[in-house]
Amino acid sequence: MNRTDQWKLASVLLVTVIAVWYLLPSYQFYANYYDRTTQQLASVSPEKLADLRKKAIHLGLDLQGGMHLVLEVDRSKMNAAEGKDAVDRAMEVLRQRIDQFGVAEPLIQKEGEDRIVIQLPGLTERKRALDLIGKTALLEFKLVRTAEETRSVFDKLDGYLATHATATDTALRRTALSSHVLSMDFAAFVRSEDLPAVQQLLATPGLDSIIPGDAQLLWGNPDEASQGVTGRYLYVVKREPEMQGGSIATANAQIGLESTNPGSWGVSMKMTPSGRIDFARITGANIGRNLAIVLDGVISSAPTIRDRIPSGDASITGGSFNIETARDLAIVLRAGALPAPVHVVEERSVGPSLGSDSIQDGLMAGVIGTILVVVFMLVYYQLSGLIAVVAMVLNIFYLLACLAGLGATLTLPGIAGIVLTVGMSVDANVLIFERIREELRNQKSVRQAVQLGYDRAFRTIFDANMTTIISSVFLFQFGTGPIKGFAITMIIGLIANLFTAVFLTRMVFDFMLSRGKTETLSI
Amino acid sequence: MLQMLIGTNIPFMQNRRYAYLLSAVMVVATATWLIMHGGPLLSVDFTGGSVLQIRTSRVLAADEVRRAIDAAGFRGVELQQMTGQNRDEFLLRFRTDNQEPFPIIQQALSTRFPGVTSELRRQETVGPKVGNELRHKAIWAVLWSLGGILLYVGIRYEFKFAFGAVVSLFHDVFVVLGFLCFTGREVSLTVVAALLTIAGYSINDTIVVFDRIRERSKALRKEKHSRAMDIAVNETLSRTVITALTVFLAALGLFIWGGEVLRDFSFAMLIGVCFGTYSSVYVASALALDIWIQLDRRKGIQAE
Repeated sequence: MNRTDQWKLASVLLVTVIAVWYLLPSYQFYANYYDRTTQQLASVSPEKLADLRKKAIHLGLDLQGGMHLVLEVDRSKMNAAEGKDAVDRAMEVLRQRIDQFGVAEPLIQKEGEDRIVIQLPGLTERKRALDLIGKTALLEFKLVRTAEETRSVFDKLDGYLATHATATDTALRRTALSSHVLSMDFAAFVRSEDLPAVQQLLATPGLDSIIPGDAQLLWGNPDEASQGVTGRYLYVVKREPEMQGGSIATANAQIGLESTNPGSWGVSMKMTPSGRIDFARITGANIGRNLAIVLDGVISSAPTIRDRIPSGDASITGGSFNIETARDLAIVLRAGALPAPVHVVEERSVGPSLGSDSIQDGLMAGVIGTILVVVFMLVYYQLSGLIAVVAMVLNIFYLLACLAGLGATLTLPGIAGIVLTVGMSVDANVLIFERIREELRNQKSVRQAVQLGYDRAFRTIFDANMTTIISSVFLFQFGTGPIKGFAITMIIGLIANLFTAVFLTRMVFDFMLSRGKTETLSI
Repeated sequence: MLQMLIGTNIPFMQNRRYAYLLSAVMVVATATWLIMHGGPLLSVDFTGGSVLQIRTSRVLAADEVRRAIDAAGFRGVELQQMTGQNRDEFLLRFRTDNQEPFPIIQQALSTRFPGVTSELRRQETVGPKVGNELRHKAIWAVLWSLGGILLYVGIRYEFKFAFGAVVSLFHDVFVVLGFLCFTGREVSLTVVAALLTIAGYSINDTIVVFDRIRERSKALRKEKHSRAMDIAVNETLSRTVITALTVFLAALGLFIWGGEVLRDFSFAMLIGVCFGTYSSVYVASALALDIWIQLDRRKGIQAE
């Protein structure tokens, strides 16, 4: 073995040691991780496990289950100055909500101008998370108009509708709004079956201009009961809110907030010191009137103010709260309102059971595909085939190490990429071996044949790998999560391939030939 | 030593007209299909909509499920029962913006099949705007990578070879797209990934043949062009076939055992590898040969 050979061997060993170093945490983590899921006693501390998790190969949401959301922040109702940092503020609020909801290692990222990407690994309660994230949670306290004022607004509306209602729907024979109202005090109660008609009437063009400028019509919670009938309250409130949610210090889910319904859940809120002063002033000035607690434009309750309230306690009740929805609303109120509404424009949720099935399918396909390739190489190329197989295994090994080292994510298409790498990584050796065989047929000595085989095949291998790398780079550029995972495994796999299939196998051949057995070659 | 396809002397180029015909038929068939259907079947990734993967507690008959879903008031839902061991799973595709269909479907199923519970295993919802964006991005990604490969091949090889290689590249991607269409498969993000991989890979075999022609050009100068091309193709035939075979085996593993999510992907890869091999001989090399002959004719050399 001459000096260059020693250097080559040293470099291969070094690369392999580095690869082992990067892959070790992955091995330790996933070994222990599966211990955990089978309820066995894990041998490492939680801190150590968290550290390992960080260093181990990350599994994509399609493999470990979880939720990928793309939200669009709706800035259409904001002016330029307000809209400027709206996305950043929304991200901050969402981060707090998700932290309090308790998801391990969420990812919250800005994408483009007005989008936010949220990834919640391992999440199982999809619907709950959607509610928690999607809620604007704009909390307002608005004064409800008195019964007489409400009456007069309805009368005005009735007058307008008598002449302007577009009664195209035959079901809509009564055009007066009041005729659909079951009872009327400071709020009008509409039966559930009358709701579509009322909503159609309220959508009549020009109706908004009839409502006095400082007033506003707001609905109460859906499906409320009044005298044994289900329906919904319609309120006339002062447009300008007395207070907003910013003055809420804490919010907590609590049972028995309503004296009439002691078993029901609700959210109790405590205000900040300045909020408390405002609240005392407002309640003090409006004794006898009703103060509506408005959440995202829906009145959750409108209790009558009996006295000045200096304590700054308020609560949200009614609706159909259970412990979970009350808890989630409390989280949302504590984290504060989003500066603008958000819409889910893309969702990809994978249940944990499907994720682990995918891992199993992927591994199965990988193992069988690899066995097919290995058997073929061994039968067809014998000892040389074995060298190529070792190179291929090292190729996959380096590829995984790179994934861990770069913090890249392994996805299901990524597993497909690894399987294809198995197929493609032996290609380079096939090219070389076929070339060596050809040179041997041309009566070249083994040593010469190996030399020529490598030299002449290299350019072809390089070009072939390059074209696939080019298309993978563009794929990476365009792809979403899982596809990016595919592209990155292909790129790394093909680069590592040049090292293992060309450099490393050459070294082995040189080593074998240097030991004198040069008459025959098992190829 | 186990050998195959060594010392062959197949007159490939002599039959290239038939191959042109075969390729033309496939390309025209694909084009016709695409025109008749207004493009390939696109998955919700590109059209917007939702895909739900639902598992029921026992295997249900697809037409019964269909009726339950219709009764629940959903229109235009595509229902697909999974095969093999996963016959208790269904894929539902909604093209319309329907935020939360699962609770309604769960209810509908448990009403029609008392005692059957259902579980949502996967939901993918893409808004129309995002679908549009993804479609544009996908088209650009395909064009850019074809362009990138074109540029690379153009720099590395003479015009006649580069032209042949690039035409065969488009041919392969297009024919695979055709096979996806004929078998009623959708083009999704993953399928686009497969098409791009095929684009990168299909040129590999072509490069092997072209490198050989270039390498032997001095020795083969006295031969007729078609003979030179045949020699190069025959000499490299074993490696062309074996390299394709190894990738084919790997993709076959994915196709059979890789699960439902990767099935269309690996199907595209399998077809792509086969046609990549075919086209490296019969599209890339054959076209290069015809251009070669044309160029010579222009120069006034009567080589063939």
